Amino acid sequence: MKAKVYVTLKPSVLDPQGSAISHVLESMGYANVKDVRQGKYFEIALDENLNGTVREDLERIAREVLANPVIEDARVEIEGDTTQGEGR
Amino acid sequence: MKFGVVIFPGSNCDHDAYHVISKHVGQPVDFVWHRDTDLTSFDAIVIPGGFSYGDYLRAGALASHSPVMRSVKDFAARGGFVLGICNGFQILCEAGLLPGALVRNENLHFVCEHVHVLVETTETPFTANLTAQQILHLPIAHAEGNYVCDEATFTELTRDDRIIFRYCDESGNTNPSANPNGSHNSIAGICNRTRNVLGLMPHPERACEDLLGSSDGSPIFRSLTSTLAAQAAR
Repeated sequence: MKAKVYVTLKPSVLDPQGSAISHVLESMGYANVKDVRQGKYFEIALDENLNGTVREDLERIAREVLANPVIEDARVEIEGDTTQGEGR
Repeated sequence: MKFGVVIFPGSNCDHDAYHVISKHVGQPVDFVWHRDTDLTSFDAIVIPGGFSYGDYLRAGALASHSPVMRSVKDFAARGGFVLGICNGFQILCEAGLLPGALVRNENLHFVCEHVHVLVETTETPFTANLTAQQILHLPIAHAEGNYVCDEATFTELTRDDRIIFRYCDESGNTNPSANPNGSHNSIAGICNRTRNVLGLMPHPERACEDLLGSSDGSPIFRSLTSTLAAQAAR
């Protein structure tokens, strides 16, 4: 059982690394690329016997540790969970 | 009055701070390990520069969840003085003791140079011995010193005179060309609402002896010492 957490910079925060990647792609001739935003991806292995607070726990982990809510958004996905909610 | 200098795995300015406080300012000082939680013997805590936890996740992020930081939060809430330098500033922001965040320098470079820094206010225990609009010559060495915050926070910082240091040129002009990292409004250092927690990217502990090219960092530590002495005398 696995959860995936995606952490991305808020749209209002400048991403100089993403811009640098975008410029390289442009110089390589990839004309279709308009912009790049760099983010982080986490895979979290979960106990097979999930208890009811798993989504709550993961949302909190994402908010308090994996992402800095001042500058980043986070999205939590739990494998096989059909009630996918939006994290932050 | 006693200073504590916190050591995280990866701190590398801890000994500089210890040296300055013990030898230069002449005050008692002890190291505090990141797993320690008892800060009752200290009057001021320095969160030093470095690369705590290898800057993994985000600069300062993992350190902000270490046991000592829970105690630093209590210490600050009780009015204790906390000075965060460079990585220490990043840790204080991550810990929520200071607002905003420090992100990758706009030009992506690790900047390592002496810069000019304008003292915006003397209304803190850390700048009491300085003069407003005084220009300090201090070293910086960081890749994530680009201060960002939302507009509401910036308005509050400005209104409450909580922007303590700004990057400037040698004449004190805070124009964008004197901004080494793209920091919002050229912010180099801020304090919390109660003014007992200060974070700054420049390294005053590396600028306390003329031999090192500048002794402009010295009044920051001396301000803290004289504020503590004045408090003790009351």
